[in-house]
Amino acid sequence: MNGVRVSIGTKKGAFILTADGKRERWEISGPHFAGWEIYHVKGSPTHPDRLYASQTSGWFGQVIQRSEDGGKTWGAVGNEFKYDGVPGTHKWYDGTQHPWEFKRVWHLEPSLADPDTVYAGAEDAALFKTVDGGLTWEELPGLRTAKGPLWQPGAGGMCLHTIIIHPQRPERIFVAISAAGAFRTDDGAQTWKPVNRGLKSPFELPDPDAEVGHCVHRIAMHPSRPDVLFMQKHWDVLRTDNAGESWHEVSGDLPSDFGFPIDVHAHEPETIFVVPIKSDSEHFPPDGKLRVYRSRTGGNEWEALTKGLPQRDCYVNVLRDAMAVDSLDPCGVYFGTTGGQVYVSADSGDTWNPIVRDLPAVLSVEVQTLS
Amino acid sequence: MIRVVLPYHLRTLARVEGEVQLEVEGSATLRSVLDTLEAQYPVLRGTIRDHVTLRRRAFVRLYACKEDLSHEPPETKLPEQVLCGAEPLFIVGAMAGG
Repeated sequence: MNGVRVSIGTKKGAFILTADGKRERWEISGPHFAGWEIYHVKGSPTHPDRLYASQTSGWFGQVIQRSEDGGKTWGAVGNEFKYDGVPGTHKWYDGTQHPWEFKRVWHLEPSLADPDTVYAGAEDAALFKTVDGGLTWEELPGLRTAKGPLWQPGAGGMCLHTIIIHPQRPERIFVAISAAGAFRTDDGAQTWKPVNRGLKSPFELPDPDAEVGHCVHRIAMHPSRPDVLFMQKHWDVLRTDNAGESWHEVSGDLPSDFGFPIDVHAHEPETIFVVPIKSDSEHFPPDGKLRVYRSRTGGNEWEALTKGLPQRDCYVNVLRDAMAVDSLDPCGVYFGTTGGQVYVSADSGDTWNPIVRDLPAVLSVEVQTLS
Repeated sequence: MIRVVLPYHLRTLARVEGEVQLEVEGSATLRSVLDTLEAQYPVLRGTIRDHVTLRRRAFVRLYACKEDLSHEPPETKLPEQVLCGAEPLFIVGAMAGG
């Protein structure tokens, strides 16, 4: 029988949640790496029991952990993230130039073909790659030539938080960087270009149509249509139908188009999910009601999904990496909150149930569909 | 024999309990003790000092014999009481009160 494994990164450790295909009864293990911030845990698509975890601490820095048994046991691998050559400077909060400094890994994206190859998105923004299962990491510095000196950290830091590998052409990769924008390579990360045409940031940038500087919170792709991507920006939900060459807004009738995560239904490439947040000043749901919004039309027309979610006095946030979908039928949708709840919908968002209610603040949610 | 007390999270990471005991060649300095510690427990590389610059991480402190050695140069010789094993070198996560 099919099942799912949900990997949760929190402010105080990692948790592994497992269930059969009904997704009703859950086993919970953890905390793994108790007391450490776990920014992200993700499994290899080709070897599902191979998991990678980004473990970080303001005191003791970065550790990368690897599991070969689906998260039951772990071993530390390499943690040397050294920028290639002299990385130079980027724009600092006060407008001066500031040297690139490694802080942590936000996101780990295992290769679609090789369990030993993983990309890591770092703060200060950079893309690293391992081809030996995490023992050694090498920066792919071409990204920084895409106007890197103009990038400037936002309040959350200058993090590379999203990595999407084209399912048929692995040399094409999309990344997104907070307060810098979206970028694409077509040659295996040798060269990159900003893909932000159509993004408008009138409240954040002096030039609302700038080539870089937009605060992209998340992008998502359905593997069957790799030229179509959806974006949750700081404000605005957008889509592109030409691999990022141009974007247009599809916020439509959302109660707020501010938010962090966005994801695509596993079997319906025009069905997308977002979690509206009131504003950049008030990071909680509008009206104290936690609502996932679903569009079955690729944007513009949205419906509120509320059944099973708190509809009063709810003031949690849902962070950018804290939503995922499984590939069972019906599609399962998962998200975690800064209040420590992890919700599952086993019916594409129609109804929701909490798997757990009282974890530390959830930083990331990933799900694997197991056979 | 140099005794080193690690903070909880680094003991967990290195999978050790209690103190760590190190055989340090020559005259033990802050640097040589940390070099030996990292050689014996490679998982600790990067957690106490930066991989490249070998500078102490900002929120890690080094104490011995009721003295704060955190800001001493890496070539600083450890106190006699540490060298003879009577006292440990403490590696501490700095207080971050709230």
